[in-house]
Amino acid sequence: MRGDGLGGWRALRGTVCGLVTIYLLAPLIIVVIISFSAASFLQFPPPGLSLRWYTNLFNDPAWTDAIKVSIEILIPSAALATVLGTAAAHALVRGRIPGASIIGAALMLPIVVPAIITAAALFGIYRGLGLNGTLTGLIIGHVVLTTPYVVATVSSALRTLDPRLEAAAAILGAPPLTAFRRITAPLLMPAILSGLLFAAVASFDELIVSLFVSSARVRPVAVQMWSNVRGDVDPTIAAIASLCFAFALAALILESLLRRRTGAGPT
Amino acid sequence: MSSSDATTAETTPRDGRTDEKGAAIRAVGRIGRSALLLAPAVLLLLLAFLGPVGWLLSRAFTQPQPGLQNFVDLWERQGYLQVLWNTVAISAMATPICVLLGFPVAHAMTYGSPRLRRWLVFIVLIPFWTSLLVRTFATVILLQRNGPVNAMLIGLGLSAEPLPLIYNMTGLMAGAVQVLLPFVVFPLHAAMLRIDPAYMQAALTLGAGPVRAFLRVYLPLTLPGVLTGATLVFISTLGYYVTPAMLGGPRQTMIAQTIQDQIAQFGNWGMAGALSLLLLAVSGLVLLLLHLTVGLKAVAR
Repeated sequence: MRGDGLGGWRALRGTVCGLVTIYLLAPLIIVVIISFSAASFLQFPPPGLSLRWYTNLFNDPAWTDAIKVSIEILIPSAALATVLGTAAAHALVRGRIPGASIIGAALMLPIVVPAIITAAALFGIYRGLGLNGTLTGLIIGHVVLTTPYVVATVSSALRTLDPRLEAAAAILGAPPLTAFRRITAPLLMPAILSGLLFAAVASFDELIVSLFVSSARVRPVAVQMWSNVRGDVDPTIAAIASLCFAFALAALILESLLRRRTGAGPT
Repeated sequence: MSSSDATTAETTPRDGRTDEKGAAIRAVGRIGRSALLLAPAVLLLLLAFLGPVGWLLSRAFTQPQPGLQNFVDLWERQGYLQVLWNTVAISAMATPICVLLGFPVAHAMTYGSPRLRRWLVFIVLIPFWTSLLVRTFATVILLQRNGPVNAMLIGLGLSAEPLPLIYNMTGLMAGAVQVLLPFVVFPLHAAMLRIDPAYMQAALTLGAGPVRAFLRVYLPLTLPGVLTGATLVFISTLGYYVTPAMLGGPRQTMIAQTIQDQIAQFGNWGMAGALSLLLLAVSGLVLLLLHLTVGLKAVAR
C-alpha cells in the first residue's frame, strides 16, 4: 500500500489518525486543566487557576480514607495476582499439562465475562460468608479480575523465550527453582513487572465489583468517585481524576520503556 | 503413562530407550510440579469465580420457585425485552463505528514510519490504562450543555444554540467508542502484519487499479482481523454499565443496569440470574459465530 499513488487514502488515513488522537486525548487534557480551576463548578475554560481542589481533596477525610483503602487493596491484590499469574503461566507454557489450552482459556474468563455478573455473583456468595464490606472480600475480587492480565503477559513472554536456556541450566545441575530464579525470572522480569503494573492500575480503577462488595466504611477511590460523579459535581472530582490519570500514565510509560528494553513487539 | 513417555521422548531425545523409565518418572514429576504451580490460580478461579457465577446463574431456575418462571416473565413483561433490544442495538451500533475509525489507525500503525507507529500504539493504549470512570467523566464535561464542544460549535457558527450531546445515544456512542477502539485496532493491526505485500504488488502489476486492488485483494485479507475486532467490541459493549449510566438517557438503559436494579432494588436474584444467563448466552453465541468463521486460535493470539 506504500507509494502506489493512493494520495486520497493517505490523506484520509492521516485525518482519521489525527482526529482519533484528539478524541482520545482531549477529554483527559480538559479534566487536568479543570482540576486547576479557580471556579466552583466544572467550567471550561476556567476563569483562573488555583490549587484549591487539590487542597480540598487532601483535607477531606472521605477522599483520604478512600485513597488509603484503594492502596490497601491494590498492594496485596497486585502482588497476589502477579505471583499466582506468573506461576500459572509458567505451568501452562512449560509444564506439558494435559488440557493446558482449555485451562488457559478458563483462566481468562474473568476478563471476558461482563464485570456486572462477577460483581453480582461475588456479592451473593459473600453475604453468607460475611465478606461484604471487608478488605478481604475486595482483595479476593480484585485478584480474580487482575490475575488474567498477568497470565496473558507472562505466558506470551515465555513463549518467545528459548526453553533450551532452562534445559541448559537443568543439565548443568541447577534444581528447577534455582533455574527459574537465576535464568528464567531475570529474562521474564520485564513481562512480570508489566503484568504487575497493569494489575495495580486495573485494581485501582476497578469499579463494578468494588461497588457491590464495598460499604460506606470500606470504600475505595473508584466507588467514592462514582457516588460523587452523579450528584453535585465540583472540581474536586477533577482533581482526583487527574491523579488517577497521572498514575495510569506513569504506569503506561514505565511499561512502554520495559517493553522497548526487551525489544518485544506491541501488545 | 504412555503419553508422558511420548512427551519425554520428544523433549529429551538423548535419554533414548536405555533410560526410558527414569525419563518417564521425571516427566511425571514435572507434570506434578507444574500442577502444583497451576493449582493456586485454578483454585481461586473455581472458588471465587466459577463457583459464585454458577450459583448466580442457577438462581434463574430456583428463585423465587423452581422452574422456568423467570424466563416466562422475561418474555412476557415488555420492559425486559426492551432493555435486551437496547443492549443489542447499542452494541450493533458501536461496532461499525469502531471498525471504520479503527481501520485507518491500524493501517497507519502497520505501514507508517516507526515514530508514527510507536506514537499510535501509545495513544490507542491510553484507554486501556486509564480508568473507565475517569474517561467517562471527562467525556461528560466535554459534551455537557455549556461544555467546550458546544462552545466550539456555536463559536464556529455551526449551531445557534447548545446541542443535546449527552444523556442520549450521541453521548453514549462518544463515550463507548473511545474505550472500545483498542479492541478493534490491535486485532486489525495483527491481521495487517500477516498480509504479504506481494499480493498487492501482484494485483497492481496485473493491471488492477489501486482502488480495485484494495477492495478485492487487501480488504478481504484483513477480514479475520475485522471480524475479531468487531466481535470483541460487540461482546464488550453488551455488558456495559458505567457508560450508559453516565452518558446515556433513560431510553439507553442496558442489561447490566437492569441486573443491578434487580439485586439492589428488588432483591430479585432469580431475575438477575436469568438476565445474566441471557447476557452470557448472547456473548457465547457471537463468539461461536466468530469461531465458525475465523477460528478462535486467531483471537487467542
